[in-house]
Amino acid sequence: MTRSDSTTSSSIIKAAGSLRLHYLPKPFFSRQKSSELVASPMDWQGQKLAEHLMQLPLVLFAVLAFITGYVLGSFQTMLLIYAAGVILTSLIMVPNWPFFNRHPLNWLDSSEAEKYPKPQPANLGMKKKTSKK
Amino acid sequence: MHSVMLRANALLTFSVTILALMCAMASLSDNFNSPSPTAQVQVLNIYRFQKKRNGDDEVSLTFNMSANLQSLFTWNTKQVFVFLAAEYETPKNALNQISLWDSILPSKEDAKFWIQTTNKYSFVDQGSNLQNKDFNLTLHWHVMPKTGKMFADKIAMTGFRLPETYR
Repeated sequence: MTRSDSTTSSSIIKAAGSLRLHYLPKPFFSRQKSSELVASPMDWQGQKLAEHLMQLPLVLFAVLAFITGYVLGSFQTMLLIYAAGVILTSLIMVPNWPFFNRHPLNWLDSSEAEKYPKPQPANLGMKKKTSKK
Repeated sequence: MHSVMLRANALLTFSVTILALMCAMASLSDNFNSPSPTAQVQVLNIYRFQKKRNGDDEVSLTFNMSANLQSLFTWNTKQVFVFLAAEYETPKNALNQISLWDSILPSKEDAKFWIQTTNKYSFVDQGSNLQNKDFNLTLHWHVMPKTGKMFADKIAMTGFRLPETYR
């Protein structure tokens, strides 16, 4: 992370702030420190969990809805059960719940990264390539 | 799945795909239904049989019909469109089909019915071929599903004849 990254991100966050997104509850939007600006509110394990929490309930609700609708002979019942399943699934996996961030990654602070400049490519290697052409 | 928007998008896409699969399965489940419809029709009176000014024959008749199409309905049936057609042959056309009456049956209860009426739509020939003509009265139906393929079938009731002279 270099200084230019954090400046762009902070300007985006400031612009987003003008949209009053910070009035939403914490799972939907949370003010974060500058070091967390480019980190997401979810970690890798959380993303895997979110994907499973979407696929499994939806498939289960679909099977339940179809069987119930077929047995009762009502198409509407099938659709209602499935719609309830979709809403329930959206409530458990769409917002930024804290349990999605139980294994957070520790990003390097930008001030720390600047102490160690990036290595430059060696000039000898470049000259060799051009002479071969 | 790192942002709210991305997860909402994934949820929407996945749930709609599964909904499409459920509808396909519902449509396929209709194949397990083996319908056994019945129908009978009687022509009561042919009260008009004229040649119109442009040379075409026209017939007006009253008929009664009883039918039981309840076995066509499944959980995936929205409605059944039913119509009664007069079918006959002329030198010009191998098959002439003229719809005399139609109706929409929105539910299973409506599918068992008896009706006596004049023809709802005019029975007009292309030309003047109807004298002494044998014709069938065929009951056609289209089963319209809530989702999936519509299928159509019919019952032909034969043995009807138009008069020899105009009246």
